[in-house]
Amino acid sequence: MKEKQDYSQDLASIRDLMERSVKVISLSGLSGVLAGIYAILGAIGAYYIVHYPISPFNYRIYSIQNPTNLYKLLGLAAIVLIASLATGVILSQRKAKKLNQKFWNTTSKKLVMNLAIPLVTGGLFILIMLYNGHYGLAAPACLIFYGLALLHASGNTFDEVRYLGYTEIIIGLISALLPGYGLLFWTIGFGVMHIVYGAAMYFKYDR
Amino acid sequence: MKNPFDHLDKLLEHRTRLQIMTVLVSNDAFDFNSLKELLDVTDGNLASNIKALEKEKYVSVNKAFVDRKPNTKYKATEKGRTAFRKHIDALEMLVKQQKQ
Repeated sequence: MKEKQDYSQDLASIRDLMERSVKVISLSGLSGVLAGIYAILGAIGAYYIVHYPISPFNYRIYSIQNPTNLYKLLGLAAIVLIASLATGVILSQRKAKKLNQKFWNTTSKKLVMNLAIPLVTGGLFILIMLYNGHYGLAAPACLIFYGLALLHASGNTFDEVRYLGYTEIIIGLISALLPGYGLLFWTIGFGVMHIVYGAAMYFKYDR
Repeated sequence: MKNPFDHLDKLLEHRTRLQIMTVLVSNDAFDFNSLKELLDVTDGNLASNIKALEKEKYVSVNKAFVDRKPNTKYKATEKGRTAFRKHIDALEMLVKQQKQ
């Protein structure tokens, strides 16, 4: 007959394994904070391209008129996206090493797939929208698709990712009602919220 | 449940087999190498324990090739899931009883 200690240890190890086999725990909170900072820097750049010198809190009643500005914005968005992804990968790799885990395993592959499908769909949809000249709802669409992607992938990582997903969807919908504040909501959703949730994850799991 | 010991599953009392079932119950499917990595066990150990679970029809096997390398995927069967749940319930009961 096994000892008492043994059975509760068995149960504890089962819970731990369930968690570890389903969830990516090497996701770095700090990379979320940095992604938020990149997004804010990108938004400041975007402000100088399209709004300046009008106040950023002014409601815009016109959208982008010339294609050069559109390409500049797309380039800026691409830089922010690539920098955020690279930071996320590098910091999560480091965290995986610290936790003595493989960064690229079945679970993280699942996480990336679950994230990528709604995200790529949204990205293509937004590009098609821009191509057709529908500029007004691009920022809300970014937020909504990103929120849905996070929600879809959240089963495979920390709960905070799910809450961030809900937050992005709500901000996206509000932003769709007020398209003139698109850049402002984009900055809150991708900048401020990443910093808030990233910091929460950093203090809870990274240290 | 009068005597939880009666409800413990003989096959699952083995630690590695219990761990294998834990992973397969929590996920759709898992392949051999990922399982090996996660549980940190040797090829032989994992293979023989999976074989035992397979024989009892607790897991189903799907052999395929990815880039000409064998990629064997395992799934928990309905029978395996039920057995796992009963075993965990019995474990929980035992821990509870021993606390009293």
